[in-house]
Amino acid sequence: MLQATDLNAIRAIISRAKRWDLFFSLLGILSLMVGILTFVVLFVDMAIQGVPRLSYEFFTSFPSRRAANAGILSAWVGTILVMLVTALSAVPLGVAAGVYLEEYAPKNWITDIIEINISNLAGIPSIVYGLLALGLFVYYFGFGQSILSAGLTLALLILPVIIVATRESIRAIPQAIHEASYACGATTWQTVSDHILPYSSAGILTGVIIGMARAIGETAPIITIGALTFIAFLPNAPFAGDPPAGMFDWIFAPFTVMPIQMFNWTSRPEAEFTVNAAAAGFVLVFMTLAMNGLAIYLRYQLRKKIKW
Amino acid sequence: MEAGVEGSLLKAEVRELDFFYGAFHALKRVTMPIYDHKVTALIGPSGCGKSTLLRCFNRMHDLYPGNRYAGGGIVFHPDNTNLLSPEVDPIEVRMRISMVFQKPNPFPKTIYENVAYSLRVRGMTNKSELDGRVESALKGAALWNEVSNRLQELGANLSGGQQQRLCIARALASDPEIILFDEPTSALDPIATASIEELVTELKEKVTILIVTHNMQQAARISDFTAYMYLGEMVEFGVTDQIFIKPTKKATEDYITGRFG
Repeated sequence: MLQATDLNAIRAIISRAKRWDLFFSLLGILSLMVGILTFVVLFVDMAIQGVPRLSYEFFTSFPSRRAANAGILSAWVGTILVMLVTALSAVPLGVAAGVYLEEYAPKNWITDIIEINISNLAGIPSIVYGLLALGLFVYYFGFGQSILSAGLTLALLILPVIIVATRESIRAIPQAIHEASYACGATTWQTVSDHILPYSSAGILTGVIIGMARAIGETAPIITIGALTFIAFLPNAPFAGDPPAGMFDWIFAPFTVMPIQMFNWTSRPEAEFTVNAAAAGFVLVFMTLAMNGLAIYLRYQLRKKIKW
Repeated sequence: MEAGVEGSLLKAEVRELDFFYGAFHALKRVTMPIYDHKVTALIGPSGCGKSTLLRCFNRMHDLYPGNRYAGGGIVFHPDNTNLLSPEVDPIEVRMRISMVFQKPNPFPKTIYENVAYSLRVRGMTNKSELDGRVESALKGAALWNEVSNRLQELGANLSGGQQQRLCIARALASDPEIILFDEPTSALDPIATASIEELVTELKEKVTILIVTHNMQQAARISDFTAYMYLGEMVEFGVTDQIFIKPTKKATEDYITGRFG
């Protein structure tokens, strides 16, 4: 037993041990700063260059040979439409795959191999997806260099992210809730649709947005499938044509997207185009941040109702 | 038949049941009767197989790979169905036998929806019918007076004891033939425990009860029959008073008097 007279010794031990706390928190702050400062410097630099260029005309003009007249209309419309196709195809596929692996798949070596491969898919360079899509979607299925091809390519790219996020958020549901549902006499599908999906939706949504935020900035696979860099027209408005065939005209339209527009402008010799690229970059980052903001808001709203 | 059980009808019989978790032989030729409208308690030290046996009754083990019913069965009366037979759908079994778990596990839904869920999986959609059944289940679980004016609040907002009674209401709503209780009070304070115990004794008017407890006083207070298990074997089954006052086996006596376990 320590005596009261050992108080100074105890304090010395505590202060020595606490030095590691201090050391580690400094190290942590330093690592954080590397990331945050790099982003801030890049973003501020881009904003200083680009923000003065932002105007109503910049958003409503097609690209042009004259930098002052050039705008991002076809690029932001293209980005939104491609993202729409990506979300509509990747979310159902990814969530279904995640639910299947967690709730239905037998636990055997085949499932293990599938699981390992899904993790590996997340690490494949995006250009490889571009090559796959060029062969498969553009030529084999004959979708051409269209919004559909681009959307499906990006969907493949973010599928592993959504599958992994779905599985993680399903695993976060306590086993007791699971068992409670089955004990009531529910089938697996009733358990999934009444409990698993509603309770994991916040986590799945986060994964979807992280995936989409990655997809929105992807350039390489989109260039690989042959997106045009100069598009001076808009596709037909989605779902506006004569149903049923006319509603889907837009998915076969040629297109460009924000990062390709930026890439195109930065490769021009004139300095004015660099300003355009910075402005487009600012808009792109803003789109990503807006998506993340939406995700945080929705997650907060969904989580409020869920307590174990 | 055991002494003192004349006049009690059999609801189910466990017959020479063997059960494995992978290679682990968790239940060894367990045999015991379950009497209709009585409370039967399963007691024994941790790891003796009492929860394992309980979870055989609603085929909870089917949810996990590697679990195996290896021989014998549970015969359910009056229809003589073997609950563990591969031809019997586990969902059919769970429709007839409901369960209350160790820790209160209400769904993150409203109080109303928690109780109504048992009925919804049985295809009930009529609003007034649901309302009536939810009300009577909540009354049966002695919770109605506390929640009647806040049925649309989340179940998780209730206290621990109330949550457990909500889970009992959920188990009761579907008019099961047996309710299984897996140490239902081990996560509750003494006052909540007393209210659950009182409820269990009242419930046997309506339903047969099988309860696992690690608390021997609880078994003595609320059960009509007690089974003592050890290392996956049924050591002794009998009328609760007999088991606690003059057990026939030395092992049971050692456990009950606290010399062991």
